[in-house]
Amino acid sequence: MPDEILKMQNITKVYPNGIVANKGVNFSVYAGEIHALVGENGAGKTTLMKILFGLEHPEEGAIYLKGEKIIISSPQVAIRHKIGMVHQHFMLVPSLTVAENIVLGMEPSRRGFIDIEKAIETTEKLSEKYNLKVDARAKIADLPVGQRQKVEILKALLRGAEILILDEPTAVLTPQETTELFSELVHLKNKGHTIIFISHKLKEIKEISDRVTIMRHGKNMGVYRTQDVTEEEISRLMVGRDVVLKVQKQKNKPGDAVLHVENLSYTDDYGKNVLKNISFSVRRGEILGIAGVEGNGQRELVEIVTGLRACQEGKIYISGKPVNNLSIKQIRELGTSHIPEDRMTYGVAGPASIGENLISDRFYKKEFNTGLFLNLKKLNELTARLAKEYTVKCSTPKLAVKMLSGGNIQKVVVAREFSSNPKLLIADQPTRGIDVGATEFIHKKLIELRDGGTAILLVSADLNEVMEISDSILVMYGGEVVAYFPDASRITEEELGLYMLGVKRQSAEEIGGAFYAKKHAV
Amino acid sequence: MQKSTLFEFLRTVIAVLIAIIMAFIIIFFISKQPIEAINRFLFGPISSFRHFGNVLEMVIPLIFTSLAVSVMFQAKQFNMGAEGSFFIGAVAAAAIGIKFKLPPVLHPLVAIAAGGIVGGAANFIPAFLKARWKASELVSSLMLNYIMFNLGIYFINYYLRDPYAGAMVSYTVNPTANLPQFVPRTRIHAGIFIAVLAVIVVYYFLYRTRWGFALRMTGINSKFADYSGINTNMVILYSQIIGGMIAGIGGATELLGMYQRFQWQSLPGYGFDGIIVAILARNNPLLIPVAAVFLAYMRIGADLMSRMTDVPSEMVSVIQAVMIMLIAAEAFLSYWRHKMVVREAKIDG
Repeated sequence: MPDEILKMQNITKVYPNGIVANKGVNFSVYAGEIHALVGENGAGKTTLMKILFGLEHPEEGAIYLKGEKIIISSPQVAIRHKIGMVHQHFMLVPSLTVAENIVLGMEPSRRGFIDIEKAIETTEKLSEKYNLKVDARAKIADLPVGQRQKVEILKALLRGAEILILDEPTAVLTPQETTELFSELVHLKNKGHTIIFISHKLKEIKEISDRVTIMRHGKNMGVYRTQDVTEEEISRLMVGRDVVLKVQKQKNKPGDAVLHVENLSYTDDYGKNVLKNISFSVRRGEILGIAGVEGNGQRELVEIVTGLRACQEGKIYISGKPVNNLSIKQIRELGTSHIPEDRMTYGVAGPASIGENLISDRFYKKEFNTGLFLNLKKLNELTARLAKEYTVKCSTPKLAVKMLSGGNIQKVVVAREFSSNPKLLIADQPTRGIDVGATEFIHKKLIELRDGGTAILLVSADLNEVMEISDSILVMYGGEVVAYFPDASRITEEELGLYMLGVKRQSAEEIGGAFYAKKHAV
Repeated sequence: MQKSTLFEFLRTVIAVLIAIIMAFIIIFFISKQPIEAINRFLFGPISSFRHFGNVLEMVIPLIFTSLAVSVMFQAKQFNMGAEGSFFIGAVAAAAIGIKFKLPPVLHPLVAIAAGGIVGGAANFIPAFLKARWKASELVSSLMLNYIMFNLGIYFINYYLRDPYAGAMVSYTVNPTANLPQFVPRTRIHAGIFIAVLAVIVVYYFLYRTRWGFALRMTGINSKFADYSGINTNMVILYSQIIGGMIAGIGGATELLGMYQRFQWQSLPGYGFDGIIVAILARNNPLLIPVAAVFLAYMRIGADLMSRMTDVPSEMVSVIQAVMIMLIAAEAFLSYWRHKMVVREAKIDG
């Protein structure tokens, strides 16, 4: 029996909005293993780890470190117990250098000033020791995501972390970067560190972990030696049923182009060229997927097309109409729908009711008003129908949206955006952070819309999603379109990865194939 | 949803009780006649018909200013200009009342309309500065209050001042313009009906019209409103203009109902009291009359207490301060709310 270094017993956590994230969870880790913690989004993995790192406090339960009961009231306490965490969203100061970030809060000083040289030396030594190569003098803002992650890991190690928690470390990485990370993790393990690895990617779990704990709906569904279980078994425990991994869809028949983006360029507030001369079209009945590591201009592109951000250079046409100077309302009235990347910021008004959220794009229309007043009867009928049709789990549409789970909130967004009979749909991370059931539902609806003739621009960090759903694929790297594949079914994940990393790029002619203006009448 | 509303209600009641108990403790320390003082404070306003009349007289302007504040706060526009709009609205009503000769009924209506227009115009300034240049409406409206005050005083002094009156007051308002006082031995006037009407109109505006919907969505999450296609800049403008209009109407009503002449020498403070009432009522128009009666009751109670005993009426400021602080403090009683949530969640799952 190996050493049990850490044990969490009977952990229960309820969030202020009433969501039970953990229900009597038991979790334990052996010294020197890579332990995968898997489950769907919302299964309670991150919450459990946040409790371990002192960011959340459980209602019930106890934590034992090397057999001794400890109370982790804050991250400082966790660090003192040699527990470190690398968050899904990095916590670095972008304007500082790597070395400055690594020593932040424990800066070496000389005569009252920060000793930068010492900090760089420390960083380089650390980097050497753990074989995590970073440039100590580089600014965080200039580094790719993979590098930033290494900085985060080094930061935790400098603080003496023996148990290292990694929250979905591969979510933002390309396949190549993932491979590199894994070899580094094995190296860390050989040096005696214990690693807890949160993920929902089964292939990776099989590849890297020694043991795996599976969570579902806030409960521990079992702990296995990774070599003893198959991917199918893990997935069944995660989801509670067999998942259809393939999306059922027919070959599409694209029509005329609905959206044209012509020579679009954008410079952000810091003077960085976020978009460089982008041109492409989305046609009727086509799903065009945009693949790319996050932060390569996708967000800006989506915001400009939907009118949330002002266009600086270039032209955008929707159904033949230039939309550069139109308001969001006018763009929406051209038949544009938008599933925003950040649903809590843009997608919904949390304290408002489900019903109010469902009508926010159309409440002003004649059909929903009688004279001065809103036609509540008609609006209530509409919202009740939408809530049912899109299987939003709620007792009544009068409930505040924020009381729902992530998947159900996204269904509210989707119900609103899909039910307006869009000609053009911009779907930005439509299934991020939601459960498999809701994901399947949204995928199905996307295909339905496409078959009904909607032009769909799909942006997703989930490579699987892009490849499964899209008819054709565009790859963005460094604010440019570096590749266009007219037939999504004919490329492999590895090949896409090369383009996403900027290793390969197509000829201007191949990329130009994405622009259909001259081939199809508008 | 139901439960959380109930919780908010309980939270408010507890905050009020704590504030009052604290005031009582202080009274016991500083007063030679604490029982008498507390008795006057608690029961003074209902000790006579006239005193209760005083409460209702004060409720009328409070309803207007707190409605004005609640409209602006629901749009998350922290405009403090109700005070200035109220004042300048009263000046406008005085001008119409003095300078024009109109038949009764029509005369006060014209004067009140003028008050509303002028009050709205005053608040247009911070609204426009916010919509056009993102200038904080909190700062600009606070500054504007002083401008409105001095502008009003200037106007009274140079155009409406009665040189034969002993003090700096205006001519008397034509009797046709006055709102009738209809309860004997009190000064309760017809303005109370206008106030009730205003509550209903504001409620319908906020919850039953497309403009009210746009206003509330902008207040709850302006990014979401933008994304949905709502013109949030327009909301910034009209929420504050409407707020100014309501406050201006309130000032006009107060002047025509309670006074023969314009005689304020300083800002009367109803605009700021309106903020207290709006906070107590959680910006809900239907709760505003209740909160307004509560505040007016405390004010009259404190006034009676100071007149009959050795406790100064400023004691009521202590109560107000503690009350508002406890209500505004998110964490106050949050432990119990969390307990409640946990218990419910366990029953469910």
